[in-house]
Amino acid sequence: MNKLAVSNLDLYYGENHALKDISINIPSRQVTALIGPSGCGKSTLLRTLNRMNDLVAGVKISGTVAFEGEDIYADIDVKQLRMRVGMVFQKPNPFPMSIYENIAFGLKAQGVKDKAVLDKVVEDSLRGAALWDEVKDRLNSPAFGLSGGQQQRLCIARAIAMEPEVILMDEPTSALDPIATHKIEELMDELRKKFTIVIVTHSMNQAKRISDRTAFFWMGELIEQGETHQVFNHPQDSRTRGYVSGEFG
Amino acid sequence: MSQYIDPKTSLARQRKDKLLYKAVWGAAAITILFLLWVVWHILSNGLSHVSWEFITGAYTRIGEASGIWAMIVSTIYMVLLSLAFAAPIGIMTAIYLTEYAKLGSKMVQVIRFCTESLAGIPSIVYGLFGMTFFVTTLGLGFSILSGALTLAMLILPVIIRTTEEALIAVSMSYREGGYALGCSKIYTIWRLILPSALPGIVTSIILSTGRVIGESAPVFLTAGMVTQIPESVLESGRTLTVHLYKLTQELFTQYEWDQAYATATVLIVLILFLNLATKVIATKLNKSA
Amino acid sequence: MNTITKAQIKGLQLEPNKAIDMKEIFFHLLFLSSAMVGVLSVCTIGWFVFNEGLPAISEAGVVEFITGKEWLPPALYGILPMIVASIISTTGAVIIGVPIAILTAVFLAEIAPKWLADIVRPAVELLAGIPSVVYGFFGLVIIVPAIETLFNIPAGNTILAGIIVLAIMILPTVITISETSIRALPPIYKEGALALGASHIYSVCKVLIPAAKSGILTAVALGVARAIGETMAIIMVMGNAPAMPGSLLEPARTLTANIAMEMSYATGVHASALYATGIVLLAFIVLLNGSLLYLNRKRAY
Repeated sequence: MNKLAVSNLDLYYGENHALKDISINIPSRQVTALIGPSGCGKSTLLRTLNRMNDLVAGVKISGTVAFEGEDIYADIDVKQLRMRVGMVFQKPNPFPMSIYENIAFGLKAQGVKDKAVLDKVVEDSLRGAALWDEVKDRLNSPAFGLSGGQQQRLCIARAIAMEPEVILMDEPTSALDPIATHKIEELMDELRKKFTIVIVTHSMNQAKRISDRTAFFWMGELIEQGETHQVFNHPQDSRTRGYVSGEFG
Repeated sequence: MSQYIDPKTSLARQRKDKLLYKAVWGAAAITILFLLWVVWHILSNGLSHVSWEFITGAYTRIGEASGIWAMIVSTIYMVLLSLAFAAPIGIMTAIYLTEYAKLGSKMVQVIRFCTESLAGIPSIVYGLFGMTFFVTTLGLGFSILSGALTLAMLILPVIIRTTEEALIAVSMSYREGGYALGCSKIYTIWRLILPSALPGIVTSIILSTGRVIGESAPVFLTAGMVTQIPESVLESGRTLTVHLYKLTQELFTQYEWDQAYATATVLIVLILFLNLATKVIATKLNKSA
Repeated sequence: MNTITKAQIKGLQLEPNKAIDMKEIFFHLLFLSSAMVGVLSVCTIGWFVFNEGLPAISEAGVVEFITGKEWLPPALYGILPMIVASIISTTGAVIIGVPIAILTAVFLAEIAPKWLADIVRPAVELLAGIPSVVYGFFGLVIIVPAIETLFNIPAGNTILAGIIVLAIMILPTVITISETSIRALPPIYKEGALALGASHIYSVCKVLIPAAKSGILTAVALGVARAIGETMAIIMVMGNAPAMPGSLLEPARTLTANIAMEMSYATGVHASALYATGIVLLAFIVLLNGSLLYLNRKRAY
């Protein structure tokens, strides 16, 4: 079953044609990696999946993006969409508040006040993000006190606290050191059992290690997509072959 | 080195440089000396006359009692009331401009043009307007309320601009993070953006407080000069600056001189205190960032 | 590729966007109407000042009002002496204050060691915060008597005293904004000049100051606005005689002082004439901002 389906998507930033006729299916409970040289449109595509591009002025979109078969660019409640399609950003962006408040933030925004419920969700989410053991004794200290890798796992915990169905990750390890990166990759192996994950990465090794499917973008076009081992070992397009073999990009 | 460089002109250039250096140091020295002179002259003549009785005492014109308590109370009323009008409106305007309005739209241009014009109007014109509009047309009389409404218009652009800067400085990642969790716009603003911008907003309020304390011309034209503690905002009151002005109109005896110096001292200490407060907030801001 | 139809599983559909999200609309309107307060304020002030001031101008005639040399309410309303006094005191303050201010800005931005700049900068900010009546008082007790003894005249309340007080008062405005604009320049300017072997001070004067010109012009314009709009300090040191001043050592009354001194008892045409004085004052501000815009635009080409 496909969680997300993009068909014939074109996107313009003003005059700039950033995505050209993209069609891609994101299957449920798998990790889909979007790869390609910078500026190829992979992050832009990711941000159309939960309509974060709405925040950017002058974006025009045609084509459809369907979530559970429904067009998310129809007149729907964007907030609800974003609760179901969570997002983790390139740079960890903890809010200026305590660890606990960070995780509880999304639920509180929806009016959840029950302390017992919040406590449980905070603990479950932190466990889910493999951060509980490291922070359980300082839940009320500021989130800025955490290391970069911990901050990013906090942001993952904050996203899964909303129990989304999909988690979008925009180069989540690009600001982290190798050890922190390794921890996040391990975590993603756990997360894929419960969530559908779409990850943008500039590291081909990362895509190879963690993803089930890979899509290769080049200059706003989707060049090739398929099973990860297929795309990396038997690329059909010469540009894909060039990129995955490290010739350019 | 280029053959065209003549050691003689080069030397002249060096002499000019030395002169320029001296001018720069001299200018800075003049600035500082003037400041020290003003502050020192006032404090050295005034501090010894600032006493508990002076600050908390009543004032009578004949001169048995020269306390400034009524002026301090009027000044506090003026600050609080004008901020009560201007701060919410200014902060909400800044929120509209940074979070709601479309960048560069006609609406934003009009609002920005008007607030900038507001900042450019000389304060005496505010006094002129306030006296006719609030005092006479609206029938509020010479009162703290008329004065506060006039001053609220005067500090509005300060609050808008400073708050806007504070809001713009809030990291985009907070907005993205909030929206990505499905939070509504108002919730994101209220819980994420405003708390992060709080130090900047507080600074803007302190700046406006200084402005209100420092203004005098638009104040006496709208709030009058009565030296009693106002019992309601519809009564007239005399602020500290207006009081100092009135005192300087009648400097005959040493006693009157002392009063004027003491009042000026209180004003300078107040401003020193406010400047210190902004510094403390700024350091706190830098630490948390 | 397989096209997807509506999700079969019930309860998984996305809710349609609520046609009217009352809460969001309420706050949007609230913020918008707050923003309208500023717009409304300017319009009301403008309308009032013109509505009240035009009768006097039309009664006296524009030319007579602006070029009239006699201010004798309720008979004669000529404000030329006030216009002259405002222009002279402001120009004088700019001539003395601006060079000192720009050089101090250069000092803070480029020359001063960090520890010294960290002391001088807050001091300048303090200078900005001191109420104008305190400056007026200082002028009254220090500068006015000094002028009396220096020039051996009976009364030191003169244009010169006003000029000196105003020059001090515009220092912080011009310093702060000039320093900010010099600091905002990318380092390549200075590095480029230094790399040619130019001295530090030469690079600052010949490269940085011209590059920061638009910011410095803005600073000067704000200084001029402060000087021309200043009221109380001027009233306290300039003597306020509404006659045409013959020299810098004579008293004079500025436009602002004219309004402040007579507004509390003026009625009828007299009050209207004070509003008209306000119109002239506003015209100066518009002219000032207009020329600033023109000067800064010209630079962009």
